[in-house]
Amino acid sequence: MDTIPLDYETLRLIWWLLLGILLIGFAVMDGFDLGVGTLLPAVARTDAERRLVLNVVGPVWEGNQVWLILGGGAIFAAFPALYAVSFSGFYLAMFLILFALILRPVGFKFRSKVEDKRWRAVWDWGLFVGGFVPSLVFGVAMGNVLLGAPFHFDDTLRIYYTGGFFALLSPFAVLCGLVSVSMLIAHGAAMLVIKTDGPVAARARRYGSLAALATAVLFVLAGVWVANGVTGYSIVGTLDAAGASNPLGKQAIAAPGAWMANYRTMPWTWIFPLLGVAGALLSALMLRAGRGGAAIMASGLAIAGIILTEGVAVFPFLLPSSTDPNSSLTLWDASSSHMTLFVMLVVTCLFLPLVILYTSWVYRVLRGKVSPESLEQNHNSY
Amino acid sequence: MPDMSVVELSRLQFALTAMYHFLFVPLTLGLSFMIAIMESVYVMTGRDIWRRMTLFWGTLFGINFAMGVATGIVMEFQFGMNWSYYSQYVGDIFGAPLAIEGLMAFFLEATFVGLFFFGWDKLSKVKHLMVTWLVALGTNFSALWILIANGWMQYPVGAEFNPATMRMEVTDFMAVLFNPVAQAKFVHTVSAGYVLGAVFVMAISAFYLLRGRHADLAKRSMAVAASFGLAASLSVVVLGDESGYVTGENQKMKLAAIEAMWETEPAPAGFNAFAIPNQETRTNEYAVHIPWVMGLIGTRSFNTEIPGIDELVVRAEERIRNGQVAYAALQRLRADRSDMHAKAMFDLHWQDMGYALLLKRYREDIGNASEQEIAKAAADTIPRVAPLFWSFRLMAGVGFYFIAFFALAFWLATVRKLDKYRWFLKLALYSLPLPWLAIEAGWLIAEFGRQPWIIDGVLPTFLAASGLKLHQVIISLTGFVVIYTSLAVVDVYLLRKVILKGPDDMPGGERRPNHEGAPLAAASSTAA
Repeated sequence: MDTIPLDYETLRLIWWLLLGILLIGFAVMDGFDLGVGTLLPAVARTDAERRLVLNVVGPVWEGNQVWLILGGGAIFAAFPALYAVSFSGFYLAMFLILFALILRPVGFKFRSKVEDKRWRAVWDWGLFVGGFVPSLVFGVAMGNVLLGAPFHFDDTLRIYYTGGFFALLSPFAVLCGLVSVSMLIAHGAAMLVIKTDGPVAARARRYGSLAALATAVLFVLAGVWVANGVTGYSIVGTLDAAGASNPLGKQAIAAPGAWMANYRTMPWTWIFPLLGVAGALLSALMLRAGRGGAAIMASGLAIAGIILTEGVAVFPFLLPSSTDPNSSLTLWDASSSHMTLFVMLVVTCLFLPLVILYTSWVYRVLRGKVSPESLEQNHNSY
Repeated sequence: MPDMSVVELSRLQFALTAMYHFLFVPLTLGLSFMIAIMESVYVMTGRDIWRRMTLFWGTLFGINFAMGVATGIVMEFQFGMNWSYYSQYVGDIFGAPLAIEGLMAFFLEATFVGLFFFGWDKLSKVKHLMVTWLVALGTNFSALWILIANGWMQYPVGAEFNPATMRMEVTDFMAVLFNPVAQAKFVHTVSAGYVLGAVFVMAISAFYLLRGRHADLAKRSMAVAASFGLAASLSVVVLGDESGYVTGENQKMKLAAIEAMWETEPAPAGFNAFAIPNQETRTNEYAVHIPWVMGLIGTRSFNTEIPGIDELVVRAEERIRNGQVAYAALQRLRADRSDMHAKAMFDLHWQDMGYALLLKRYREDIGNASEQEIAKAAADTIPRVAPLFWSFRLMAGVGFYFIAFFALAFWLATVRKLDKYRWFLKLALYSLPLPWLAIEAGWLIAEFGRQPWIIDGVLPTFLAASGLKLHQVIISLTGFVVIYTSLAVVDVYLLRKVILKGPDDMPGGERRPNHEGAPLAAASSTAA
């Protein structure tokens, strides 16, 4: 281990930040696809309009979805205990997400291959589900991170999860789900304003700015709830930030108001919730003004602000346990080994910039509005 | 220990979803390369027929790719969902190749596949060709990382157990990367994908030639597939991954089971061309024995002995006893970190601890296992022999058949008689399902043959499952069966539709009257 140039503590912190970056990357990149899917029935009424909307995201959604795949892989590689607890604990919620996400690739590819009203209506419905359900469930999951999940370990670190599916749908968690849905709708609407003209863009502006306003309001509401009504968690005593990755080595307790502790000790972190609110309001204004490019920047910032707000609140927790706080997962005791974190960091530093580079190139090639004529010229269009 | 019915249903769900996913992935591997070859010819010669070929096969590729993507997400999530103890126990090693696959390979193929379809009029010829090659490269890199992950399950090198974290951790990342089993698997699996892609192109082209349609496109496509297929079918058999079976105890067990070789034979071992293996009596009935062949296939040598199943069970029993020592030492070590004697005992025997964990099926306090329980656990290391024996013969038989088939096709292509013989075209058409059978049989040999282990010698499958409730797995399994069955119907329907319509609809071919132009134009004029 002496040969690893970064110490364990630093690597864990870097990976916690990278996890945030990947989550934001997913919400920003795949988020507008999900938002567009959710908006599909509302902004596009005729078949021609729907094809227009599908072809806005058609060429890029596959690449965007890799942010989700990468997010899953990165959690597995960097915080295996988090991957194991959350994916198995939220089993039916994860299944619901998978079910919805399966409908997306085939929905895009299959819908326009057959000229039949009912066929297309079925896939339109599938694409809506494929956008709405993951947006909602991911938000609900983020809400449950704040609430804590009912799990504990035995001394071989086998996981016991004692909750059920419907227990995930508490009012607070559903509120978080709605923040997520409205945030991604606003983001998707901005993309539609950038890439289309006419009635689709007009409706996207209208619904998008409403969704952006809703995002700001719901986010503030959730924040007030966290400050006053959600029990947080905190570590008792000290936790060795460079110690062995075994969640049973520490003591933690449930403590009302604990999620505000980091905001009290580090007041500069208020910048993140402010960014969330300001970004959402700005994107509402820009959407109303029909300025898609500015709107998507604003909603992107809102997404980053909202995700980081939660990250700061729960730090250093990744997933607290509501039934056995000592079993809670934190970035200091649920990570991979020193060597794995280092190797994965090197790989990420090599490839993530490359990914961003060629993704930008692809977006540049595809720049410009999607027009009905361009759909006719390309037999591959959706 | 998790509920056994949850374990069995989780296994069933994983097998079904993996085998289903594996219907699409190999075709993506093979077709992407052939499409890249076709487009390269187009760019070099400038002849439009090659562009139309690229577009036509590209459309079929796209439908298949969507199915592969849709079913692929499920695979990545299931490790955590259904196999949480596995994820916790080996995530330190196993998670890395999955994450790298996303970063290095899947991003590449998924980002550029959109441009492959939507970039024809936005890119120069050469740039579009580059995009196509990057998609092909991405799919193959993808296979590499997934098989590095899988290879580690078969032959877990470069890692050791850490008592402080109660899990396996990486000690040598390069060893995981250059795992000989993973390398053998990669070459074998991608070659199998190329064969499948080649057969797919051959069969559909033969169908057109039999009907007298699209002869230009079909003959050229067949010529590409014939040469690509010959190279691939030779590589898939010659570089078959049984060469990797000589390393690792469970790999040896798998080899012995494939051959239904109960007793060790003097080298080189014979090959049972036919037998009815009897798991209970550990003998074969009606065996037709061909001397030497198995030893040569399995070890590539005349004098390396292949151990039989009975011998491997005796070895397993010994490892269980050593594992009990390691397990007991681990308990002492966890109670008292400074117990140097326990540390020494653990370091001596930790590599056998997984074998002792097999006893967990029979009792929690595995230190007190009876002789009978140890014997039962040792016998558990034998996978089901008959399905492996027959799957291997099916797979190998199809493999050899395709060498002959593609040799013939290649010769016919060279003398320009690919379209002359109707019997050959029919043979090509009816061969269509065979590579899928061989590939699924291959998956079964690799993964069913790995049982009772989820990671060879380290963690038994039944211990690796999540502590789910039965109804949860029943809901997800039912859901997957319903949605996958519906998608299979839709997929076949669409492929058939595209194939029957043929390549004439591609831009530059005879275009069919445009049905959607009018409403779209209307929509855009109201917009303005």
